[in-house]
Amino acid sequence: MNPAVTQTNPQPHPHAHPRAPTAPTARAAAPVTNLLPGFADPGVQAQAVFRVALQAMAEPGQPQALAADCGVPEGLSPALAALLLTLADVDTPVWLPAGMDGGAAAFLRFHCGCPLVDTPAQASFVVVPAGHAAPDLADCNGGDPAYPDRSTTLLIEVAGWQGGAMLRLAGPGIADERMLAPIGLPADFWRQWAVNHRRFPQGVDVLLTHDRAVCGLPRTTRVEA
Amino acid sequence: MDTHTPETGSQAARSAWMRVLALADGAALDQAYQALGPLPAFRPLRAPEVGMTMVRGRAGGTGEQFNLGEMSVTRCAVAFEQGVVGTAYVQGRSLRHAEQAAVLDGLLQMDDWYEAVQTIVVAPLARVHEERRARRAAEAAQTRVEFFTMVRGEN
Repeated sequence: MNPAVTQTNPQPHPHAHPRAPTAPTARAAAPVTNLLPGFADPGVQAQAVFRVALQAMAEPGQPQALAADCGVPEGLSPALAALLLTLADVDTPVWLPAGMDGGAAAFLRFHCGCPLVDTPAQASFVVVPAGHAAPDLADCNGGDPAYPDRSTTLLIEVAGWQGGAMLRLAGPGIADERMLAPIGLPADFWRQWAVNHRRFPQGVDVLLTHDRAVCGLPRTTRVEA
Repeated sequence: MDTHTPETGSQAARSAWMRVLALADGAALDQAYQALGPLPAFRPLRAPEVGMTMVRGRAGGTGEQFNLGEMSVTRCAVAFEQGVVGTAYVQGRSLRHAEQAAVLDGLLQMDDWYEAVQTIVVAPLARVHEERRARRAAEAAQTRVEFFTMVRGEN
């Protein structure tokens, strides 16, 4: 009996290191063009970005600066690229708008190894870069009543934190109220948000990004115009 | 990852040299790498990083897959200016081995470097590896036991 050792690793092993290299794929010798580097020091940098994302969710409506020292593929902002390098992996399906060219998709496949899905409802992370329409929040996965954490998180790039309609945010993580006026969200986004808020404990969470900053909008946040 | 996909010619060739580079002795690879002289500029796409992978086995090639154990693997990817990407997965924790193997994988995909790298690096390392394999096989062959059944003449 000779154990024919294969180097496959099709399923994450419970004891496997979270950033375990996957087995080699014999790719065609065709060169992958214009692939950008990810984090130079993935462990430390991803932890720093994750800490900022936690802070953003703990203080809804408060933009947090992000150290986004990584390659930024065309179409994504530095904050989007850094958040995806931090959050997305082989277990988190990602949805990208149909109009995106291959650069961002190739970047995510190479560095995160995440599956790219066609419908927002299948995705753990829905990515909406600048210039693309965000899907309806009701079309994303609001989680299961027993597992509301299995919901979609949307990463939406906005054109700025000030200058849009002024909104009053309240809820957990906000002492009294917090004002935010992001530009570049879909016209009926806040109507959708009110519906999403009422679905608690189900519903989706949103991370708004702009350039090198991120602002959290968990499902618990109430928004008044 | 389906290991049974038939490989096209260029894939099989690349698999072959990636195997030689990955199995090479680190010091021997370093020596051959230095012998190549000045190399074209490259940038790290994925800096060498150490992780673990589950090695799975299959008894006799037909049995159920089982987890044989974990091994440490170092992987690296580098990109050259022409858009060529070199990749390496190497057993163990040697960052330098993984990076050099990735650089050489990239060079082997370039027409103007292929011959030099094959002659100076891959061919000698493949020969050393083959000799080592043959020596170990010969040592193991000394302990070989043949089982056979004698036919009992009961008629």
